[in-house]
Amino acid sequence: MITVEGLTRTYGSFTAVDDVSFACRPGRVTGFLGPNGAGKTTTMRILVGLTPATRGRATIGGHSYHDLRNPGRHVGVLLDASAQHGGRTGREILTLGATAMGLPKTRVDEMLHLVSLSAEESTRRLRHYSLGMKQRLGIAHALLGDPQVLILDEPANGLDPAGIRWMRGLLKGYSDRGGTVLLSSHLLHEVEQIADEMILIGHGRIVAQGDKKSLLESGRQTKQATTTVASLDQDRLAGALRDKGYAVTPGPNALTVACAAVDVGRVAAELQVVLTDLRSVEGGLEDLFLELTSSTQREMPAYQAQGYPPQGPPPGYPQQPPPAGYPGGPR
Amino acid sequence: MSTHAAPPPYSGPPTGPPTGPPSGPPSGPTAAHPAQTLDLSRTATIPLFRLVLVELRKSMNTLASFWLVVGIAILVVMVEGLLLVIVLVESSESTPGDYTVFATYITALALPVLAIMLVTTEWTQRTAMVTFSIEPRRSRVMLAKYLVCLVLTFAAVVLGVLVGFVCALICQVALPAETTWDFQAELIVGFFITQTLAMTLGFALAALLLNTPAAIVVFAVYRALPVAVFAIAASYLDWFADIRPWIDFEYAQGPLYDLSLSSAEEVGRLLVSGLIWLGLPLTFGLLRILRAEVK
Ligand SMILES: Nc1ncnc2c1ncn2[C@@H]1O[C@H](COP(=O)(O)OP(=O)(O)OP(=O)(O)O)[C@@H](O)[C@H]1O
Ligand SMILES: [Mg+2]
Repeated sequence: MITVEGLTRTYGSFTAVDDVSFACRPGRVTGFLGPNGAGKTTTMRILVGLTPATRGRATIGGHSYHDLRNPGRHVGVLLDASAQHGGRTGREILTLGATAMGLPKTRVDEMLHLVSLSAEESTRRLRHYSLGMKQRLGIAHALLGDPQVLILDEPANGLDPAGIRWMRGLLKGYSDRGGTVLLSSHLLHEVEQIADEMILIGHGRIVAQGDKKSLLESGRQTKQATTTVASLDQDRLAGALRDKGYAVTPGPNALTVACAAVDVGRVAAELQVVLTDLRSVEGGLEDLFLELTSSTQREMPAYQAQGYPPQGPPPGYPQQPPPAGYPGGPR
Repeated sequence: MSTHAAPPPYSGPPTGPPTGPPSGPPSGPTAAHPAQTLDLSRTATIPLFRLVLVELRKSMNTLASFWLVVGIAILVVMVEGLLLVIVLVESSESTPGDYTVFATYITALALPVLAIMLVTTEWTQRTAMVTFSIEPRRSRVMLAKYLVCLVLTFAAVVLGVLVGFVCALICQVALPAETTWDFQAELIVGFFITQTLAMTLGFALAALLLNTPAAIVVFAVYRALPVAVFAIAASYLDWFADIRPWIDFEYAQGPLYDLSLSSAEEVGRLLVSGLIWLGLPLTFGLLRILRAEVK
């Protein structure tokens, strides 16, 4: 439904979006994930024609946004909830949108009700709105024209926990009815729970994409297995594991071993050491996310200090030591 | 107050699964057949009149524009009232046009500012992001805004004429001998044309600068400074006095005020000077808006 091909946007010598290609399908929520300044907002702005692309093409339902005759009826857009006139009331803002799109006035009340803005709140001016209220109004505005496609930039921004859960349900229901959703975030936990598909972007480039499962699997293949183990005789076990050639990092409660759980179990059985805890470390999406975007991250991720091969600092950033308390860092 | 059924009071967002956007006409794709393309055949282009309607509403529904209009209305009423009192006390002669001229001169102060704000607030308040995602063909939005400027100018002139007639009617009752009803329609038409040009200038400068205070200041300077400079230059340099009518837009507009524009030369001067002082900023301003990255 949304197709992006080789999209590139440069500002002078800086490339904000670098040869990005992806597709969003109907009935699916696609999460657009990346650290600050990765190029998510820029990509979305190009999608709706607010920023011209330097190269490449972006279409929605086979059309460029510019050619949608009444785009509000097909594509709901929320890029920045505070980009509204502070002197207009929430109701007035929705009324302007509904008038332009050719919708009945009743639609405004329906949308206010949907996002739980009360009649009294809707007559307040936007500059007196809280962040979450602005966000709700923005979502109401995006849904005004009953669109088939939603493009939302950090929609959960400013919502309270109940509001985030509400929005998750809203988007789920929307995509179940066949709608296409593209939403961005830099919070993995948020996207993980809503999105069917994920696009990971860092420094303007897509570093990984796919559904949650395939992303995890691809991450597993590229990464060495890791196991944590606790036993009644840690020292003997550690020694035997080292003899086998596995890297062992002792911790306060458990050893971290760079091999599969089955190998640790075998060694323990040979030694007849009683194990109290044995688990293989599932990287999880968060590790994968941090790993894939680590070269684009502003901070060195903490997990790198725990035996993963550290990846260099992002180009242009000075080499910095790990934070205090981590091996190799200041004590 | 409300004509609609008031939604229940805010009690936190609903926790259950939402019902989603209410179903009404236009309905999205069904879950069974999610379409990969958008069917545009049943969607009509946003008609221009609807864009004009929206822009007209925008020009009035902010605090700044609201108080500007109210302030001008109060000023008009006060000035006309004073004028009326003087005429009645001194038993002077008057025509409707006398009152209309005052009303229109006062509104002439506010109209270009309204035109400027209609364009610049899209940038200062960042609403351009929403405006241009609702209608991505930016030229249509700008055309709608320009038409709103024309509508406002026309409304101001009509109101001015109305005020003139009301005042004249009062004088007719109080001073029947002193009041005449010969109404100089050319003056009004001339005023409408020159006022439209002033509006267009405000519009152009707003598009060029995209900043309210800057556009208002430059507008004021723009109207006053060249006239003064040209007048001084022309009085010292003979050769400049000859070309002045061709480059001095205010000067060239002279014959417009009373619709006495007759010779081809006068029309030519108007076109040449208008191109320089109005055409250039308008072109660059519109190009800027059409191509700008909207943030
Ligand atoms: N007009 C511009 N001129 C120069 N650089 C720009 C411009 N617009 C955006 N950028 C740069 O492009 C990069 C991408 O910005 P973008 O807003 O798309 O990031 P993002 O992924 O949305 O980040 P966040 O999660 O913080 O919202 C940033 O480094 C930003 O500074
Ligand atoms: Mg962003």
